[in-house]
Amino acid sequence: MPRRSRIFYRLLMVCLACGLIATRARGQVTFERLLNSGKEPQNWLTYSGDYSGRRFSPLDQINQKNAHTLVAKWVYQTAATGKLETTPLVVDGILYATAQDDRAFALDAGTGRPIWMYQHPLPADVRLCCGRVNRGLAILGDKVFLGTLDAHVIALDTKTGSVIWDVVAAEYQKGYSFTVAPLAVKNLVVIGVSGGEYGVRGFIDAYEAATGARQWRFYTVPGPGEPGHDTWEGDSWKTGGAPAWNTGTYDAVTNQIFWPTGNPAPSNRGEGRAGDNLYSNTLLALDADTGRMNWHFQFTKHDEHDWDATEVPVMLDSGGKHLIAQANRNGFFYVIDRTTGKLILANAYGKTTWSGGKDAEGRPVAKKEASPTLEGHTVCPGALGTTNFMAPAFDPQTALFYVTARDQCDIFSTAPQPYEAGHAYYGSAYFPSDDAEPYRGFLKALDPATGEIRWKFEHTSPTWSGVLATAGGLVFTGDAEGNFIALDAASGKPLWHFQMGGAVYAAPMAFAVDGKQYVAIAAGSGVYAFGLP
Amino acid sequence: MALTIPHAEQVKKRFVASDLPWRGFLMASVCAGLLLAAARTFAEDHNPFAGDAKAAKAGEYEFRINCALCHGLGAHGGGRGPDLTRAQKKHVHSDAEMFQIISNGIPGTVMPANGTNGQGVGMTEEEIWQIITYIRSVELKAPAQPLGSAAHGRELFYGDANCSLCHMIEGKGGRLGPELTGVAGSRTRESIIDSVRNPSRRLAWGLTEATKEFPQEYETITVVTADGKEIKGVALNEDSFSVQMMDQNEEIYRLEKAKLRSFKKSRESMMPKFGAEILSDKDLEDIVAYLVSVGAK
Repeated sequence: MPRRSRIFYRLLMVCLACGLIATRARGQVTFERLLNSGKEPQNWLTYSGDYSGRRFSPLDQINQKNAHTLVAKWVYQTAATGKLETTPLVVDGILYATAQDDRAFALDAGTGRPIWMYQHPLPADVRLCCGRVNRGLAILGDKVFLGTLDAHVIALDTKTGSVIWDVVAAEYQKGYSFTVAPLAVKNLVVIGVSGGEYGVRGFIDAYEAATGARQWRFYTVPGPGEPGHDTWEGDSWKTGGAPAWNTGTYDAVTNQIFWPTGNPAPSNRGEGRAGDNLYSNTLLALDADTGRMNWHFQFTKHDEHDWDATEVPVMLDSGGKHLIAQANRNGFFYVIDRTTGKLILANAYGKTTWSGGKDAEGRPVAKKEASPTLEGHTVCPGALGTTNFMAPAFDPQTALFYVTARDQCDIFSTAPQPYEAGHAYYGSAYFPSDDAEPYRGFLKALDPATGEIRWKFEHTSPTWSGVLATAGGLVFTGDAEGNFIALDAASGKPLWHFQMGGAVYAAPMAFAVDGKQYVAIAAGSGVYAFGLP
Repeated sequence: MALTIPHAEQVKKRFVASDLPWRGFLMASVCAGLLLAAARTFAEDHNPFAGDAKAAKAGEYEFRINCALCHGLGAHGGGRGPDLTRAQKKHVHSDAEMFQIISNGIPGTVMPANGTNGQGVGMTEEEIWQIITYIRSVELKAPAQPLGSAAHGRELFYGDANCSLCHMIEGKGGRLGPELTGVAGSRTRESIIDSVRNPSRRLAWGLTEATKEFPQEYETITVVTADGKEIKGVALNEDSFSVQMMDQNEEIYRLEKAKLRSFKKSRESMMPKFGAEILSDKDLEDIVAYLVSVGAK
C-alpha cells in the first residue's frame, strides 16, 4: 500500500472507530440524562419515571379532551403466569420490562414486537412470600439491571439481553430475594432486598454499574455497637427483617437516596423483639456515595401488623419547602421535610383503628390493645394495609397526590414460632374479619398541604394497580376486574376505560415514539399500550 | 415426592463420604437403596407424633399459619376449605393419606401442594405431621349420625320447601342460587342451617378469595333501564362500568352502568329467610341430611 493510501486508511479506521464510539455514546443512558429526564419526556428512564418518585409524565398529547377516543395499539403476551408487577422503561423507542420468574425483555415500543428476551435460571427452592414477581429494571450506560428471586444482581446488555455481569448479593436459601426495580444513581446500581417473612437481616446495596463490584451496603438492622442496635431485644436483630423491597428516590441537591424499609420479623409477633426495632418501617436518607445514613424517620415503631413502610416516597416542593411524602401501609399519609427528616403532617387517608393518638413529634402511636392476641382480634387496616406496593403519583399541575387505597380489617392473631433459616417466619396468622364491612377499594387524591382527601373514585373491589399522572390533566389506573381507566386529575371523573381481560398488579407509565404518545400498563399476562386513533 | 428428598440426600451423602473399598461400594449402594426405601415408607406412612399433645400444640400454630385462612380457626371450616373436625373426611381417611394431600394438594380443587402457594418452600415433614396430630386432636371421634331423613329431605328440596326453584343438585333444579351438589362436602351442618335461616349473613361478610365459597357473591341487584324497565336479580359479575345479572325468570342481562337510570346493589340476599314457622327444625335437618348424602359422595 502506498504511503498516502496507508495514511488515508488509518484515518478512515480512526474515523470509523470515532463514529462507532459516538454512536454508542449517543444511545447510552448517562447519569446526566437520568438527572434531566424532564428534558426527554418521550422516555421513561426509571421505575417512577424520574428521580422524584412522582410517576408524572410531562406528555399532554393524550388529554382530557381526547382521552375518550383512546384505543389499544398493541399487546405483548409474556407467556408468564401469576402477577405481573412490572413498570416498563422506555429509551429512544425501545421498551424494557420484566415478568415473573425473572424474565426480562426488550420490545419495539411502537409495535410491541420483541427484540430480545432473557430468563434467569432459578433454583427450584427460592423462598418467596408473595409470588414469583418482579417490578422492573434500572438502566445506565448500555446496561439494564435486574434483581432476581434467588438474590442475584444481573447486568444485561441493552441491545442483546446478554449477561454482562452476575453477582450474588445474599444466600437465597436463607430467604433473601429481589423483587424490586433497582435505581441507577451516578455510577451505582442501588437495590433493596426482600425477605421480611423469612427473618432475614435487611440491607440496601450499591453496585458499580460497570463491573458489579459492591461499593456499599447499609444494613437496615444495626449490628452490635451501631446506633439503633439497642432497639432490639437480645439476638432478635439477627433475624430482624426490615427488608427494602420497593424502589427509593434520589435528591441530587443533597446527594441523598431516600429508601423505605419494611416490617420487622417475625411480622406479627412482637414478643422476643422488644424495642422500636430500628430501622424497620423507616424512611432512610442515605448518602449516595457511601451509603451512610444522614437521617431516618420511623413510621410504625415495633410493628406487629406487617405494615411495611416500603411505599414509594415522593419528593415534592411546596411553599419553598423541600418535602417527601408517603402514603403508608398503616393508613396514614405522612409529609416530611426531606432536608431534616422532621415530620410535618400525618393524616389518616383510610379506615384505621390501631392508633389512639400522636407523640410529641406528631407521629401516630399504636394503642396497646391493637397488639395481636392468641385468639385474634380485629384491627384496621388489615395485613395488606391501606395501600401496599402499588406506586402512587404526584401531579405538580393539580398539586395532588394520587394513591390506591383499600378499606379492610383483619383478625390478627399471634403464636410463638421458632426461627429456622430459610423457613417462613411470621409468628402469626391473619384472617379476614367476619364483622367487617365488605372490603372497599379506592383511588384517592390527597392534598399534601393539608393531608385532606380532595376526591375519591370507588372501585368495584380493591385493586393492586398503581397510578400515573400526566400533563394532559389525566390520571391512569387499573382495577382488579381488568379495566384500564383514565380519570380527570382534578375531579376524579372517569373519562375512558378498556377491558384488558386480566387483573392489574402493576403501575402505568407513558412514553412517545415517532411523536406519538402512548400509555402502557401490565395486566394479566401481557403488557398493553394505548394511544390516540 | 419432593419432601422426602432432603432425607434421601442425607442418607446418600453419609455413604459417599465414607471411605469405602470398591467391593463394599456395591453393598453400600444396595444398603443405601434399602435405607432410602425404608425412610420413604417411614416418612409417609407413620405419624411419629401420633397422640403427642406437645406436637398437637405446635401443629395448632402451624395450622394457623398455613391452613386456617381456608380451613378456619380451629379447623372448623372456612368458606372454601372443608371443616376438618368432622370424623369422616371427603378425601382422606388415614394419616398417610392426609400427609399425601397436604404435600401434594388435591388436583382440580384450590387445595395447593405444600410450598406452591407462593409462600416459600412450605412446611417440613415434621410440621406436616404436627398439623395432622393437631387435626386428629380436634376432630370428632365418631361420624356424626345424620339427624334427619335424607329421603324426606330430598322430597322437601324438590317439593314443599321450594329449594329447587333456585338451587340445582346433580343437574336438577333452578339457576338463580348457588349449585348445591357438593356444598355439604365442605361446610358444616351448622353453617348450612345458618344459611337457610339467615341467608344474608354470609353476603354481609367482606368476602375475599379465601372465604368465597361460590364463584359469585349473589348480591341482589336492582336496576332501572333507560326505558324505565325495572330488573331485579342476582349479580353474575360486575365491574365499575358494566354488570351481568340474572333475574327471577333466569334471564341473563348485560348492562352498561352509564346507560342505566338507576343501579342498586344490596347484600340483602334474594333468598327468603326460612324461619322455623316456614320450615321446622326437623324438616331442615332432613334437608341437611339430603345435602350430606349427596355432598359426601
